[in-house]
Amino acid sequence: MPPRTLYEKIWDAHLVHEEAGQPSLIYIDRHLIHEGTSPQAFAGIKAAGRKVRRPELTFAVMDHSVSTKNRELPVLDPDAAGQFATLANNCQEFGVNLFDMHSQNQGIVHIIGPELGITQPGFTIVCGDSHTSTHGAFGALAFGIGTSEIEHVLATQCLSQFKSKTAKVEISGKRPKGVTAKDLILAVIGKIGIAGGNGHVFEYTGEAVRGLSMEGRMTMCNMSIEGGARAGMVAPDETTFAYMEGRPFVPRGEDFQVAVDYWKSLCSDPGAKYDKTIALRAEELAPMVTWGTNPGMVTQVNSRVPSPDSFKDSVDRQAAERALEYMALKPGTPIEDIPVDRVFIGSCTNSRIEDLRAAAQIVAGKHVAKSLKQALVVPGSRRVKAAAEKEGLDKIFRDAGFEWRDAGCSMCIGMNDDVLPAGERSASTSNRNFEGRQGKGSRTHLVSPMMAAAAAIEGHFVDIRKWNTNGSE
Amino acid sequence: MEPFIKHTGLVAPLDRVNVDTDQMVPKQFLKLLTREGYGRVLFYDWRYLPGERPNPDFVLNAPRYKGASIILARANFGCGSSREHAPWAILDYGFRAILAPSYADIFYNNCFKNGILPVTLTNEQMDELFARTETNQGYKLTVDLEQQVVADDRGLRYSFSIDPFRRECLLKGLDDIGLTLQHESEIAAFEKEGLRTPHMYQPVDVKFHREG
Repeated sequence: MPPRTLYEKIWDAHLVHEEAGQPSLIYIDRHLIHEGTSPQAFAGIKAAGRKVRRPELTFAVMDHSVSTKNRELPVLDPDAAGQFATLANNCQEFGVNLFDMHSQNQGIVHIIGPELGITQPGFTIVCGDSHTSTHGAFGALAFGIGTSEIEHVLATQCLSQFKSKTAKVEISGKRPKGVTAKDLILAVIGKIGIAGGNGHVFEYTGEAVRGLSMEGRMTMCNMSIEGGARAGMVAPDETTFAYMEGRPFVPRGEDFQVAVDYWKSLCSDPGAKYDKTIALRAEELAPMVTWGTNPGMVTQVNSRVPSPDSFKDSVDRQAAERALEYMALKPGTPIEDIPVDRVFIGSCTNSRIEDLRAAAQIVAGKHVAKSLKQALVVPGSRRVKAAAEKEGLDKIFRDAGFEWRDAGCSMCIGMNDDVLPAGERSASTSNRNFEGRQGKGSRTHLVSPMMAAAAAIEGHFVDIRKWNTNGSE
Repeated sequence: MEPFIKHTGLVAPLDRVNVDTDQMVPKQFLKLLTREGYGRVLFYDWRYLPGERPNPDFVLNAPRYKGASIILARANFGCGSSREHAPWAILDYGFRAILAPSYADIFYNNCFKNGILPVTLTNEQMDELFARTETNQGYKLTVDLEQQVVADDRGLRYSFSIDPFRRECLLKGLDDIGLTLQHESEIAAFEKEGLRTPHMYQPVDVKFHREG
């Protein structure tokens, strides 16, 4: 057999049916669903009189529309209440595991999958959410699907897929102080553009990637889709195995050893061929801040808002002009001079315990700027929240003037009442700075948790490298 | 799903790159429980002023594009979120075909599940189509999937390529799930094989952790 990439190994291991000139049928090991994109899929199953083939392989959670305030109060938004009731009824009717908004395991779907060990190396994992790429951090093949495909997985536990191309994303060297996984992935997207990965699956390699914790790897894989790649992955290693051991849905004892032995085979063979290679040197990178209306419009914190004239391509130039108008930014403005109104630390990109520790370290003993209208910390899951509270992080944040909330997607997408008002500017640890993403007319700057925390303290962006911290995440 | 064989209709131009699915259907409309009725909210934030008054500056609100069923777009159309509400809205608004130089993967895939034909043309061809649409009021195109041709009545004729399997499914309006279930015995055999490695396919602790 010729040398294969990690992607090809997982693909081959899940082939149910293959025929020339047709998409292949691949088996799906884990299916994650939430209240936002699943109702119409269950409705389709019912309308066709079909069954859910393997309900025990689907896991449901309420995350997109949940309140991050007091969950004991009635849900006032009738549409959200309808979503929750529909998900609960569908799970009940078809025997699907549900973590509802009161479960101690509740959280953002891409946080709880790994945290509970539902996500495992070598698995195929899908979810009706484009940030499903997160789970690739474990050496799984994980990607977002539409509602029709959710229905397909429910009915058949398979998906009909064309094989993707592969791209090796190699980040050599060591990360400088203050440069996090978020900055690595923003730098990748800045280099290739938001369509650079279309049609490809990314495999992240290199010393800087190997040196990341599982949390950091998840942050990188999470934003693969922002570079156009439907999936991103990292080959599992000792860091992965150590993370997996003892989690609720992970095999125990001898079974764990059997699993680890299998997981060790999940790496690209020497000489395996990728369709393209993207290379970056970690030493050359700095903390990143987006200035425009997509994640590829990004620059280093110590630089300035670019001039549209600096773009050679006329299409890029027009896009930059439009973005600067929407963002109300003048070309040439130093990034550090941009003031922020609100700070959001959360989302499936950056709301894990390590993210909260990094942000807490920045704000400890300080207070958010007087000019700031709101600073929010929204843990990715209730388990993250509990762990943070055990360490006293909630107190550090509250003392510094942050609001400490319950788990959910929150202001990343603003489907609950955590919305960024029109005309206001955020420093956000989330993944998308599209027009209106955090609220109609709102202006989003994507940054790492440390950079968001520092912006909250100063009221504008600051170069975290100038601060005396030990944090590397 | 309604088959797509050949369609002639009025053309509307959306001259922007990287149009993401958040723009097609903003978050506040993701709480509906049906697949229907999203046409009214397509491009909501661009299309309406406060009070849902039509924004006269938005191209689709121009009277000359009323009733358009073919949309011209630019590169990386449909990037971002996987929400299938985006193609549902496009279809419900009345568009049957999209012409663009490139698409984001998930959106492209979602179009085929809903009987929408996303045609891929070159940048130069798109430039010509944008020019013709803007110059000629009432400009119409015919999109013929059988012949794999886009044509107008002034001699323009562009052929396009498309994956043969996707083409076949659209031409016949085939149900994906039905197709897959023809391989039920293979799925069952695969699952039986999988049981040899129980750690892979039997989640432990499911009973213990089952809630609700």
